[in-house]
Amino acid sequence: MATVTAGEIRAATHEGLPRQQVVAFVIMVGALVAAPFFFYPVFLMKVLCFALFACAFNLLIGYVGLLSFGHAAYFGMGSYVAAHAAKVWGLPTELAILAGTAVAGVLGVVFGWLAIKRQGIYFAMITLALAQMVFFFSLQAPFTGGEDGIQSVPRGHLFGVIDLRSDLAMYFFVLAIFLMGFLFIYRVIHSPFGQVLKAIRENEARATSLGYRPDHYKLTAFVLSATLAGLAGATKAIVFQLASLTDVHWSMSGEVVLMTLVGGLGTVFGPVVGALTIVTMQNYLASFGAWVTVIQGVIFIVCVMAFRRGVIGEIANVLKKPL
Amino acid sequence: MMTFTIFGVSSVALFGQLLLGLINGAFYAMLSLGLAVIFGMLNIINFTHGAQYMMGAFVAWMLLDYLGIGYWPALVLAPVIVGITGVIIERTMLHRLYKLDHLYGLLLTFGLALTIQGLLRNQYGASGLPYAIPDELRGGTNLGFMFLPNYRGWVVVASLVVCLTTWFVIERTKLGAYLRAATENPTLVQAMGINVPRMITLTYGTGVGLAGLAGVLAAPIYSVNPNMGADLIIVVFAVVVIGGMGSILGSIVTGFGLGVVEGLTKVFYPEASATVIFVIMVIVLLTKPAGLFGRNA
Repeated sequence: MATVTAGEIRAATHEGLPRQQVVAFVIMVGALVAAPFFFYPVFLMKVLCFALFACAFNLLIGYVGLLSFGHAAYFGMGSYVAAHAAKVWGLPTELAILAGTAVAGVLGVVFGWLAIKRQGIYFAMITLALAQMVFFFSLQAPFTGGEDGIQSVPRGHLFGVIDLRSDLAMYFFVLAIFLMGFLFIYRVIHSPFGQVLKAIRENEARATSLGYRPDHYKLTAFVLSATLAGLAGATKAIVFQLASLTDVHWSMSGEVVLMTLVGGLGTVFGPVVGALTIVTMQNYLASFGAWVTVIQGVIFIVCVMAFRRGVIGEIANVLKKPL
Repeated sequence: MMTFTIFGVSSVALFGQLLLGLINGAFYAMLSLGLAVIFGMLNIINFTHGAQYMMGAFVAWMLLDYLGIGYWPALVLAPVIVGITGVIIERTMLHRLYKLDHLYGLLLTFGLALTIQGLLRNQYGASGLPYAIPDELRGGTNLGFMFLPNYRGWVVVASLVVCLTTWFVIERTKLGAYLRAATENPTLVQAMGINVPRMITLTYGTGVGLAGLAGVLAAPIYSVNPNMGADLIIVVFAVVVIGGMGSILGSIVTGFGLGVVEGLTKVFYPEASATVIFVIMVIVLLTKPAGLFGRNA
């Protein structure tokens, strides 16, 4: 969707990491380490889970140009499986999260394989329809608890030692997960593999003519994205001790699109800023009920009409450097 | 009435669900038709389509409740009003996006759908408002093998007429020829002196009006509810993927056919009735990725 800027090419060919990205990363980590001492940790954990979710989604839309309108399926399944594993099977927290992540990854293989059979607008519609199928499955399957969801999931002990019932301990665990996911995505998009993804985004026919198989690359990116979305969902389930139908509903798919769009499609830090913005907004406007939907809709419209680069995209444009 | 059982299911239940399936199919057909026509000219998938279907029902309800205007005038007025809002949306927003990646059109219309649904939910709540069946179509007819509520029969007939009229206009009239030509090559058609931008605007208005008309037809069957279009549009997307958007008749056949399949699933395996269309979509993607009536893109 975005075009490759001169800065991006320079960054990709240059030795080492671009300095402005290192600076931004240090600022982000510093802020995230200090934040729980100033703000409510549960709110911050929500931001981190959605930030990871949005980063995972951005890997597809920003770097392969694929708009998945059904990412709630992987987020939600990750959430359900982790909650079920922790509560019913009594798995340790870290294994429950891994189970949720793995199931989301498998779902990503199947759905990704189906969806990449069509392109452009059909891809978006197929991912949305498949996700709706997962929603109905979650509504009917016995293990998801239907309308009630899976409640009072135990947070447990990390590696059997650290008690995660403390919000602060849980926060730093979530922060570690988020940073691992974030750095992994950064590594992927700056690897030769990531360069091929961008080539496919810009000109699929040309990438094919150069001997790459776009479908293999698209599917790999799709599975990575779905897996990380599942990781975000699984972590969210442990944090809130709840997995519910909200996690698999299409409006969740819409929210992650909105977060990424607000922060900046195809930017490294955009999804994080977008998630922070939207979660904060939802938090403050929660008492206004349906107005949240209206405001989200209006933000969508404004972003598409006048603000397509997003917050970080605009800053990067001013700096003329990729962020 | 003559009744019998088939595979342990009574004929009354079977025909009842078949009729319900035909009605759902009628809405699938009308909505996917509108989506296909809009996609052909504007190259965007109109996510607002479900919200515009809902608006049709709401406008009909408002006409009755605030102005005392009944069903039959509303059947004309509501689609026109919804169509006019469509023209405004196209002129003020959509037409600025044609040069961009078509995904932005999807995102914009998604945002519009959220906004419209949210506003109406604030104003009228989510519980649904009743809309009475017009007097002329109350009651039912005994067909010998089943009891047919008149209004439901009317919906099936009316939507068939609407679909076939749309097909006729696009495939058999001069206006339709312009439309098909402009879909193929807008620049060339513009060079012939035809005002293509205006045609695009009117196409969007008409497609949206069609959704509004479906909404008015739906109002007496389902209650008038701000969320009535939201889940429906996702099913219609699956219908569009199954049928492919290449053929008008294909859209109509796919819409009605899938409605019937869904109805039959409700009789024989109710657990799967919500997902059967998505399962069919998966099967079609595996066997005929371009869709049953689609051309390879």
